[in-house]
Amino acid sequence: MSTISLQDKHHDNHDDHGHDHHKETFITKYIFSQDHKMIAKQFLITGIIMAVIAMLLSILFRLQLAWPDKNFPILETFLGKWAEGGRIKPDFYLALVTIHGTIMVFFVLTAGLSGTFSNLLIPLQLGARDMASPFLNMLSYWFFFTACVIMMGSFFIQTGPASAGWTVYPPLSALPKAIDGSGLGMTMWLASMVLFVASSLMGGINYVSTVLNMRTKGMDLWKMPLTIWAFFLTAILGILSFPVLVAGVVLLIFDRSVGTSFYLSDIVLGTEILPNEGGSPILWQHLFWFLGHPEVYIVIMPALGISSEIISVNSRKPIFGYHAMVYSLIGITTLSFIVWGHHMFVTGMNPLLGGVFMITTLIIAVPSAVKTFNYLATLWRGNIRFTPAMLFAIGLVSFFISGGLTGIFLGNAALDINLHDTYFVVAHFHLVMGSAAIFGMLAGVYHWFPKMFGRLMNEKLGYLHFWITFICAYLVFFPLHFLGLDGVPRRYYAFTEFEFMNKWLTVNVFVTWAAIIAALAQVAFLFNFFHSIFKGKKSTQNPWEANTLEWTTPVERLHGNWPGEIPTVYRWPYDYSKPGAEHDFIPQTVPYSQTMSSNLPHDFEGNTEAEEIQKEWDAKNKPSTETAE
Amino acid sequence: MAALAVIFTAFASTSAFAQAAAAVEKPVDMGEVHKSFLFYVLLFLLVCLFIAIVGKAIRVYELTRESEGKSEGINWNMVNGVLFAVFLVVGLYGVYWEYTVHGNMLLPEAASEHGKKIDEMFNLTLILTTVVFIITHIALFAFAYIYKSNGKRKAYFYPHNNALERLWTIIPALALTVLVLMGFLTWRSIFNKIEDPKNLPLIIEVTSSQFQWDVRYPGADGIVGKKNYKLITGINALGIDFNDKNNLDDQFADEIVLPVNKPVRFALTSKDVLHSFYMPHFRVQLNTVPGMTSYFEFTPTITTEEMKVKTNDPKFNYILLCAKICGANHFNMQKNVRVVSEQEYKEWVIKQGTYLTNDLRKVFKLPVIAEPAAQPVKADTAAKDTTAKTNQLALKK
Repeated sequence: MSTISLQDKHHDNHDDHGHDHHKETFITKYIFSQDHKMIAKQFLITGIIMAVIAMLLSILFRLQLAWPDKNFPILETFLGKWAEGGRIKPDFYLALVTIHGTIMVFFVLTAGLSGTFSNLLIPLQLGARDMASPFLNMLSYWFFFTACVIMMGSFFIQTGPASAGWTVYPPLSALPKAIDGSGLGMTMWLASMVLFVASSLMGGINYVSTVLNMRTKGMDLWKMPLTIWAFFLTAILGILSFPVLVAGVVLLIFDRSVGTSFYLSDIVLGTEILPNEGGSPILWQHLFWFLGHPEVYIVIMPALGISSEIISVNSRKPIFGYHAMVYSLIGITTLSFIVWGHHMFVTGMNPLLGGVFMITTLIIAVPSAVKTFNYLATLWRGNIRFTPAMLFAIGLVSFFISGGLTGIFLGNAALDINLHDTYFVVAHFHLVMGSAAIFGMLAGVYHWFPKMFGRLMNEKLGYLHFWITFICAYLVFFPLHFLGLDGVPRRYYAFTEFEFMNKWLTVNVFVTWAAIIAALAQVAFLFNFFHSIFKGKKSTQNPWEANTLEWTTPVERLHGNWPGEIPTVYRWPYDYSKPGAEHDFIPQTVPYSQTMSSNLPHDFEGNTEAEEIQKEWDAKNKPSTETAE
Repeated sequence: MAALAVIFTAFASTSAFAQAAAAVEKPVDMGEVHKSFLFYVLLFLLVCLFIAIVGKAIRVYELTRESEGKSEGINWNMVNGVLFAVFLVVGLYGVYWEYTVHGNMLLPEAASEHGKKIDEMFNLTLILTTVVFIITHIALFAFAYIYKSNGKRKAYFYPHNNALERLWTIIPALALTVLVLMGFLTWRSIFNKIEDPKNLPLIIEVTSSQFQWDVRYPGADGIVGKKNYKLITGINALGIDFNDKNNLDDQFADEIVLPVNKPVRFALTSKDVLHSFYMPHFRVQLNTVPGMTSYFEFTPTITTEEMKVKTNDPKFNYILLCAKICGANHFNMQKNVRVVSEQEYKEWVIKQGTYLTNDLRKVFKLPVIAEPAAQPVKADTAAKDTTAKTNQLALKK
């Protein structure tokens, strides 16, 4: 592996940072590493493994939905009593959807996405040697890892994993008698979630402090790439909202284990009257969605940041409306705190609140629309190179549009009455935060793979992976909207009990086949990823001809990032195809004095002295530049 | 992982075969199952091999081109650009197909007054979003196709245009304002009903529990009486407090029958976990919450018989289903709903039995002929009603 062979070079170049690298062993380098790049890779690979698990779970329940009357004896071989006779049991079906949702939302699209790319890119794109607190960073990964282990551990207990849906609404999640999964499995879910939130907070605090304090010389906030803006705002969102989930979780733990009544009141199971009085299940929903809604932006904003960067680089054009992009991210961040109630229109919450939340929810569509139009304007008259990363970024824009538009239906309280908890919701969020965020993550993996492993992934396998996944994702989720519009509720084990659902059985078969093909296509990615780590084509220093700082670091990936001094930044990261410039990109480290032929008056930000110098230069050289153009 | 993924492919289609094997004897012959499983694993590996060979062939072709000094073999940028164009055309047709085919398999027209407003709102939103969806996708994929790099052109340096950005901030904002206003008014009109003393709603109480709906009609007095969850026993499943004389005539029903064109107000409660009272044909949904009563009032406008004609489906039936995950049998928690004429309703409701049985009369020390209540037997019945929330059913009327 290249990282090992390059050890010696590393040792020559460490003078300016004080890590104890002399005794770097396998354990300190690969396991308890404090290097942000290694931690990013740990997050990524753990995230990929969790994503594969979640994907397999989804195939299991898709099998059940498509062929509710058939037996698959092989399932019993793997699942034992949960699929006796080769048929998944209703309890286990609910456990599958619950754990699929939990893994995807938290472990893959939060930790796997933010954890990977914030860790990798914040120091590299800002010009820092490492995170503000490398130790906390390491701890953040290991908390996350432990959370994953506990969550997966719940598959190996008698009563099975949590099965009250990924939102774990009490009383169902609080009463082991109501459903098996609310026994030990739910306890493990809650424990796992507490660790996960601790991990997220450690990561988030690190990201924010690094962005605010450790930017290199010249890197003011308005010269940061949009990726960093997105990670920064995501981290702030996480820091402000995740603790609320912990508060909710702790209360639920009390209700389950100590006998308090925060969420429980007036409950009778069969004829057994429970002593709890005075609580309200609605309280949990408020606490959960106060995190839960910002959470969906925690999922999508890093993906949007990544795609902004990739679309700009591969269109060879500056991102259109950089400032508008930042302001819309800030707008989304702020508004996301006051829209949680749109998950609760039909819970019996005061209808007046429903009206208020509807207004705030639909307002948040405006910054989202601005971002979409800016992506389109960036592509317009570009010089587009379809790297696999670019394909996935374009895919993201498509999903973001499709899924975002259905959000306008669901954000409307009146329409939500009939759409709430139906397949329309399932289709909506799988497009806008599922597929879009996953595509952002995949785009990021293809794009920054050289920065992680010093090698390139195979492009053709990337194309194959993209096209199959893109097409199949639409084939899976587009038809599901119509099930929802017909009033088919989500989390139904089988469609066999209702006459009107029978007509959707063939659609379910079709969707399941599309899902299976999409899942198989991921083999192309997994093979490509793991094979390229060891056998991929060696990358050059700046394979995509990008402007940002990470491409000024050596391919060898040193602990401390730059061998000598950290480079100084002179310009914004999006000077692509600037008229008059020699190449179609000007890295951030190139001062304006070296690009006299391409400077624009706007570049000097009101620095009159520089403007004078430029004017003098123009006077001398103008005719020649004009003929050149 | 590959192998695991294949399992599912495998058994998705061989299931009939495997099922036959499973059905014949109790101890399933797993050998056969494993063999056919292995078969599909091999099949998948074969596909992988095929892809690998194609990959190699492309590589060889490109290398020969290179060694001949010609430009690289396949112009992948062109291929991907064209694929986006094809995807756009096929995708648009796909969307059209979905709208016309699956779009015709949806719920029939709304069978309630407010449902019509919701449907109008829906159609307006659908038109707006579809237009945006199609325009933006045409732009996205057409730009991808038209502006694919050919190695000769330079991109147009166009970092921003404030006028344009202002335009596409303001237009969505205006469109959304219209939607918000309409949505807000529709929402208010559904949940903030002004009671018309001449046309008071019929009150029906529905109690959810795993996994059934219990329906309680108010009886002749038109009032659904008090209940208390602490009174629940094997014979008093809802915990009806028969000391409240409003309860004496309350009736149970196996199905929900509603008179057409008369407002009905559902009082929704839950015994155990959250459920959701969902009647898609009427565009009605509200969660049932233990410890809290929630209300949904609406007016059904089309009888079941009329709907049978309209949908051209003699088996058509309105239904009530559960839309909030509530446990293992969540997928089968239903109740039949019928909308009938006022006359039919009157004939039907009179035949329904009361909740009060002789057994319960003994428990509550009531004489066989219903009369004002005596003292309750049990100590816990006398306990103060801490759960006033559940007891607000005795609506002022």
